[in-house]
Amino acid sequence: MQEVILLKDGELILKGLNRPQFEHKLFKNIRRVLQNVGDFSIEQAQSIVYVSAENESAFLDIAYKKLQKVFGISAISRACVVEKDMQAIEKAAPLYLEKEAKGARTFKVAAKRADKRFAYKSPEIARKVADAVGEVFPHLEADMKNPELLITVEIRDTAAYIHGNSVPGAGGMPAGSCGRASVLISGGIDSPVASYMMARRGMGITAVHFATPPYTSPRATTKVMQLLKIVSVYSGPIACFVVPFTKLQEQIRANCREEFFTILLRRFMMRASTRIAIAQDCAALITGESIGQVASQTIEAITCTEAASSLPVLRPLIGMDKEEIIRISRRIETYETSILPYEDCCTVFTPRHPRTKPRIEEVEREEARFDFAPLLDEAVQNAEKTVICPE
Amino acid sequence: MTMPITYLDNSATTRVCKEAATAALQAMTEVYGNPSSLHGMGIAAEELMEQSRKKVADALGCEARELVFTSGGTEANNLAVFGAVHAKHRKGNRIVTTAIEHSSVAGPIDVLEKEGFEVVRLRPDNNGMVSEKSLEEAITPSTILVSVMLINNEMGAIQPVESIKSLIHRVGAPALIHIDAVQAFAKYAFSPEALGADLLSVSGHKIHAPKGAGALYVRKGARILPLEAGGGQERNLRPGTQAVPAIAGFGEAAALARKDFPQNRALFQHLRAHLLERLTSLPSIAVNSPEDGAAHILNLSVLGIRSETMLHFLADRNIFVSSGSACSRGAKSYVLAAMNLPDERIDSALRISFSHENTREDIDRFVDAIQEGIKTLTHIK
Repeated sequence: MQEVILLKDGELILKGLNRPQFEHKLFKNIRRVLQNVGDFSIEQAQSIVYVSAENESAFLDIAYKKLQKVFGISAISRACVVEKDMQAIEKAAPLYLEKEAKGARTFKVAAKRADKRFAYKSPEIARKVADAVGEVFPHLEADMKNPELLITVEIRDTAAYIHGNSVPGAGGMPAGSCGRASVLISGGIDSPVASYMMARRGMGITAVHFATPPYTSPRATTKVMQLLKIVSVYSGPIACFVVPFTKLQEQIRANCREEFFTILLRRFMMRASTRIAIAQDCAALITGESIGQVASQTIEAITCTEAASSLPVLRPLIGMDKEEIIRISRRIETYETSILPYEDCCTVFTPRHPRTKPRIEEVEREEARFDFAPLLDEAVQNAEKTVICPE
Repeated sequence: MTMPITYLDNSATTRVCKEAATAALQAMTEVYGNPSSLHGMGIAAEELMEQSRKKVADALGCEARELVFTSGGTEANNLAVFGAVHAKHRKGNRIVTTAIEHSSVAGPIDVLEKEGFEVVRLRPDNNGMVSEKSLEEAITPSTILVSVMLINNEMGAIQPVESIKSLIHRVGAPALIHIDAVQAFAKYAFSPEALGADLLSVSGHKIHAPKGAGALYVRKGARILPLEAGGGQERNLRPGTQAVPAIAGFGEAAALARKDFPQNRALFQHLRAHLLERLTSLPSIAVNSPEDGAAHILNLSVLGIRSETMLHFLADRNIFVSSGSACSRGAKSYVLAAMNLPDERIDSALRISFSHENTREDIDRFVDAIQEGIKTLTHIK
């Protein structure tokens, strides 16, 4: 029995004349995800993409799983391909859906007849298939409202497709279809989630991470790389810049008032990130900030850090609760890595009592106490680039 | 001239392959840091270990993070059974398993039975197969664990494990599904997900890795409890410093097994067919393995000659096979007994198990020796 994967386009169908560009990107992303899984043919008809194995070495199971992480797809199902013959369809349905049927208590059959030349109308098709399935699996009861197993029969131009329940796709827009932004990533829970959320809206991701050896462990950097690897499964390859910030942080500590340490550090991070972002053709910065979460994320503090960047700063988590962020983090599988306990640059030289409502004039006065510019230049110049690709 | 070694006991253990031995040696002498240490030596060891995890995951068809390294198959099975039951004990009281599980599954379940859990042990038919129907009858809404092996270690029957998930789903049981796949890994095509497994055990030394490393697949989202308390390694499910050398070897062996899988499978089928064909010319041979069993395990009885006698007779000729499973030396096989085979066949059973290192000549030497044994040994009896 020939089996294919059906992908339903998400928001793309809302697009007008530039829809082909988005679709092109989606196809490219699908191909990238499947390139190590085997040879597949990818075709499109109406708003459905058909992925079928070209030969035995193509693993449909793995493809099915991987495609669930591709943005721009709203629903995914596996279907068997049958010739457009009512008897063949009635025979194939219970055979193909055996496992699903055995695991369900109630079912319903829905038919869609795209090819109007087919001799039976949709309700007739549905009834005939329901009879055939019910005969083989007498334990199944019909439930038209809330069936555990929804069997869909689609009669299309080339063939008939039979499938069981579909699973939700990753949603969003095809990765890389909406420009590129640089994320400031620390290794905590928030910034990987923020990266994921902007990638989901189609943005390509570049990452900037700040390291403060020997105050921070090389493990903190390894951890960031692991996190980006997980994010890259969704976003595509990520170039990560690790910026050495030790000297700069030491001078902040030596010259500025303690209560401003964090806010000053954040401003220098914004400046360094902006430079890297512009050099990398990024149109914006991304942070994992959420209002009120810590002292440096009050609206006053955010105002001060924002002033240090000439690029727009995207904060997809700004209005979210920690619990909501953690829920997404678990779902996209970054949580377990995020909670590994390593110091990051933000926890080095943390003030005992940070200012929660800094004023920009005060902050600028603190910055003027030392000539930080050469250290900032040096840090950006010495940034080390690593390209992280999904497995 | 010395007699060549004919090793046909690969389901007991295998010879470590060169690649695995090299990797293990390197881990012992160069990358010897503790993978939990914060410094560079620790990070290097951790990287080596994580690469191995990925290789084993790729060979198994799962994600690296779904694997917990253990000391071997027995520990993986113990962790699965106790870990699942301890995590689920508030949801029900029933454990469904078979009468032919390996002792490392049967043992923990015996312990749980003594603690008060209700245990159903399904018996196989005389082909060694547990029926889907008996599983359906046994699984109730209070079932918290279903543990069934994929390929039996003594006679190679392949159990219908992929039907379990549907059965559990239909009755709404809170059960976790554990599959002991120690004998199936790298020998038979499957993936944990395709089988519907929540937990699945594999072992390194059955696939040419050093002894001392195995793994338990824990499906993402499935929750079990650890057996030991300690330093939090392996996502806290198996604390204790990981056996990096054995794990490094496991990774290499798994990568090779994955690469060579199609040709190995063809070889096993060829060897099995050749063995069966040559046996037909011998008198008083009974094949105890099912016809549609795994290609790499064949259980047969040389009627009239006790297993151990034949085993020693063969060993004198540098031919090594097993009588029943290696773990139950001397004891009468409960697996063959559960198949309702006559005592005569159980007492004379031998298990032959292949690896990719075996050749047609190995089979010929084995059959020749059996032939000789039948001639000389029957008199002794």
